[in-house]
Amino acid sequence: MKFAVIVFPGSNCDTDMFHAIQEGLGEEVEMVPHYETTLVGYDAVLLPGGFSYGDYLRSGSIASYSKIMKAVKDFASQGKPVLGVCNGFQVLLEAGLLPGAMKRNEELKFICQTTGLEVVNPETSFTSQYDQGEIIQVPVAHAEGNYECDDVTLEQLEKNNQVVFRYLDSINGSKNNIAGIVNETGNVLGMMPHPERAVDRLLGSTDGLRLFQSILANWREQHAVSS
Amino acid sequence: MQLVLEPNTNEIKTKKLYQEMGLTDEEFQLIEKILDRTPNYTETGIFSVMWSEHCSYKKSRPLLKKFPTSGEHVLQGPGEGAGVVDIGDGQAVVFKMESHNHPSAIEPYQGAATGVGGIIRDIFSMGARPVALLNSLRFGELTTPRTKYLFEEVVAGIAGYGNCVGVPTVGGEIQVDDCYKGNPLVNAMCVGLIDHDDLQVGQAKGIGNTVMYIGSKTGKDGIHGATFASEELTDESSEDRPAVQVGDPFMEKLLIEACLEITKCDALVGIQDMGAAGLTSSASEMASKAGTGIEMNLDLVPQREPNMTPYEMMLSESQERMLIVVEKGREQEIEQIVEKYDLDAVAVGSVIEEKQLRLLFGGEVVADMPVDALAEDAPVYHLPSKMPESFIKNQELSVQLPLIEDFGKVLKQLLQAPTIASKEWVYQQYDYMVQTNTAVTPGSDAAVIRIRNHNKAIALSADCNSRYIRLDPKTGGQIAVAEAARNIICSGGEPLALTDCLNFGNPEKEENFWEMEQATDGMAEAGELLNTPVVSGNVSLYNDTNGESIFPTPVIGMVGLIHDLNHITTQQAKQAGDFVYVLGETHEDFGGSELQKLLNGSYEGKAPTFDLQTEQARQQTVLKAIQAGTISSAHDLAEGGLAVGLAEKVMGTDLGLHVNVTGDNPAQVFSETQSRYIFTVRKENQEAFEKHVPEANHIGEVTSDQLFVIEWNDQELIHEKVEELTSAWKGAIPCLLKSKA
Repeated sequence: MKFAVIVFPGSNCDTDMFHAIQEGLGEEVEMVPHYETTLVGYDAVLLPGGFSYGDYLRSGSIASYSKIMKAVKDFASQGKPVLGVCNGFQVLLEAGLLPGAMKRNEELKFICQTTGLEVVNPETSFTSQYDQGEIIQVPVAHAEGNYECDDVTLEQLEKNNQVVFRYLDSINGSKNNIAGIVNETGNVLGMMPHPERAVDRLLGSTDGLRLFQSILANWREQHAVSS
Repeated sequence: MQLVLEPNTNEIKTKKLYQEMGLTDEEFQLIEKILDRTPNYTETGIFSVMWSEHCSYKKSRPLLKKFPTSGEHVLQGPGEGAGVVDIGDGQAVVFKMESHNHPSAIEPYQGAATGVGGIIRDIFSMGARPVALLNSLRFGELTTPRTKYLFEEVVAGIAGYGNCVGVPTVGGEIQVDDCYKGNPLVNAMCVGLIDHDDLQVGQAKGIGNTVMYIGSKTGKDGIHGATFASEELTDESSEDRPAVQVGDPFMEKLLIEACLEITKCDALVGIQDMGAAGLTSSASEMASKAGTGIEMNLDLVPQREPNMTPYEMMLSESQERMLIVVEKGREQEIEQIVEKYDLDAVAVGSVIEEKQLRLLFGGEVVADMPVDALAEDAPVYHLPSKMPESFIKNQELSVQLPLIEDFGKVLKQLLQAPTIASKEWVYQQYDYMVQTNTAVTPGSDAAVIRIRNHNKAIALSADCNSRYIRLDPKTGGQIAVAEAARNIICSGGEPLALTDCLNFGNPEKEENFWEMEQATDGMAEAGELLNTPVVSGNVSLYNDTNGESIFPTPVIGMVGLIHDLNHITTQQAKQAGDFVYVLGETHEDFGGSELQKLLNGSYEGKAPTFDLQTEQARQQTVLKAIQAGTISSAHDLAEGGLAVGLAEKVMGTDLGLHVNVTGDNPAQVFSETQSRYIFTVRKENQEAFEKHVPEANHIGEVTSDQLFVIEWNDQELIHEKVEELTSAWKGAIPCLLKSKA
């Protein structure tokens, strides 16, 4: 399986994502700069964390207009897996691939800590290696992770099982403690916590690794069916 | 034309305008002699900033000469952008600490942010990838709105810059004392990783080679920043706000990636960042080191606003700019690299044979000065010094035994003292995990960064107890180095080398200069004996507000090597049933202690008992015992002594601790005698541990009852719930910041 890590100017978790795939998961991975226009040949697309374009406008907004994003949208529309983490999640929101928006954290401060997450939906192609209701430990590091959406959208998200991860504690003010959501078709996941920071025992938690293993397992399954 | 608005040479001389720029009459005369004419306005500005203490070390140089600067691991000592130390496998660490005190006193967010940006550039301009940031901060008591504002904004500035640029802020220290009320200290340290082969130098070699400019445009910000940093602060200093620069971490991130790619291109001859004194210092230093000169056409310098004068361009400290020298004819290779990062590389001049810095503007020569005179020939001053009365008095004071009734209460009060209290409120605002190499996160004795694809890691610490240095600068200077090394040892590392940030008051006060002499003597001795040479550093003088000097604060940043990932050790106790040991005898050392501050509100007496030989021997013993795998957790004893150290072992865990210690005076549980450690050891390792560390005393056990119990000569002295200690310790700083003054 071949992963693409999109690199925007100001991305700074791109190499972490790269290492998580290459060393953690043991699969093929390449960096794809923002000015590229195609994602042909990749099986999954990862939008990493960081401060794209300095996030001087709304977080992720300028990146959502970069050249590669058209290819990302095409890729997503084909039902292939797209994961946005932290700033990558913000880019997905700004690009309209996921509903809602991010506000500044309730305390108006950047927050970096390893946080307990509840796996709300283990049925997605990103979470099949987790159990329903399982508590996992994954780091967060963001200033704008306070998820916001209108009531109708929120109801839809909950009803359709699109809420994938929830914070155990309200760390940033997110509605319904939402930490990660998928689109309706389930192939685009955005999450503020960093699974790529939780793939190595030396650094604390390995709970993030199973997210990548889920993507791989799902891809293998599909691949086996189609071949 | 703008130039006519500037004072002419005659006015500069007769009206002594050079004095406003920080030059003395004698220095101005010396410049006239060097040039064999009177300097014009631009030249006067350039000399004044290059001859400021910040750039020339003219008042501290005689002291810096005492430091040991070489050793088996040292690849590059002081003189380049940062020090370089070998860590084996063809790899090296590149590191330096720098102050940004005065800007932070005036404009705390940007002052701190640009301090971080500047030190990162020092690292990647050597060709190294920045892998960690640390900081050492000093503030007044967190009780006034102004101090709280400074504290919160400095932390926000460090976070805002470091988080965006993607370098983890993994450690540091904070001390709170009112001597820093008007003059907070903001010292930032950056550590980079490099392969030996990629090491760059800031030299303008090769006559005819092209000088190129990369990064942000030059604006009118930060003009005379280096001069401003070399003066005392006064009530009027806020008028100098334009001397503070504004940071753009996004631009810095692009610069890091572009420059690291450029350093792999052999068209590059030399690279240096434009830090203090901007274009002036980078150009003249690069030329001076190479024995060449540089001619620049200022019309070509990218400018943020129209009609900038040569004076403004040369003295601007606009951030995120680099100057490089490229082989003639290969400029395009560099342009192609930087284009990928949406940056421009602009040719602004060339390397010339005459050792001159020659500046052209509008077709005219507007400045022409010998580069060596700028970079090397600043006058060196040997300032007079005098032993302060207070020192003599303090040495004669007999030990004042503090009277304590409720030891549990005092322990909690000490845990709430900002210097001791948990810094979680601070470090949670820093992304300390980005780059995914942080094996030991903030809160332990030292931060640990693993070296990817190798079975090794580096340990990083920053330390300085300035209270001891105020009481006894020589002993205190030794202790600062020893404590930094002790923290490396406790994390399982071998101390390799250090960087320092020498923060002192006005050196023209004889007592201040005496403290500088003594403290640097102590540091030099400790650096020598502990085998930790000084490889880089920075001097910040004139840390005075309205005539009041700060405590002498030479902050030590240290880097150590952990030879095997299995050696990584942290301070927290691991499991119930483990034995607790203390190493090192305790004396009645209350001079400069946190207990003295709590009870008296001031410091007096002698600095804690300290012996360098003992220190060195114990460090060796402890490191060997850790490397042999006999120790589960290790912690050195510092502020608040044994009781605080033991509490730090269990706070934030679900464990308890029960110990029994003996001695003459129970207040000794808060004594700050140096060279002491506490360990927890698994039962099965008891024999092996005691063989390695026969001096250590078995004082108790880690328990599962979540109670913290200290007995003194078999009498219960402290009996507290760990949870309550934890909440006092963790809640202190948020509580202070929220409370109304």
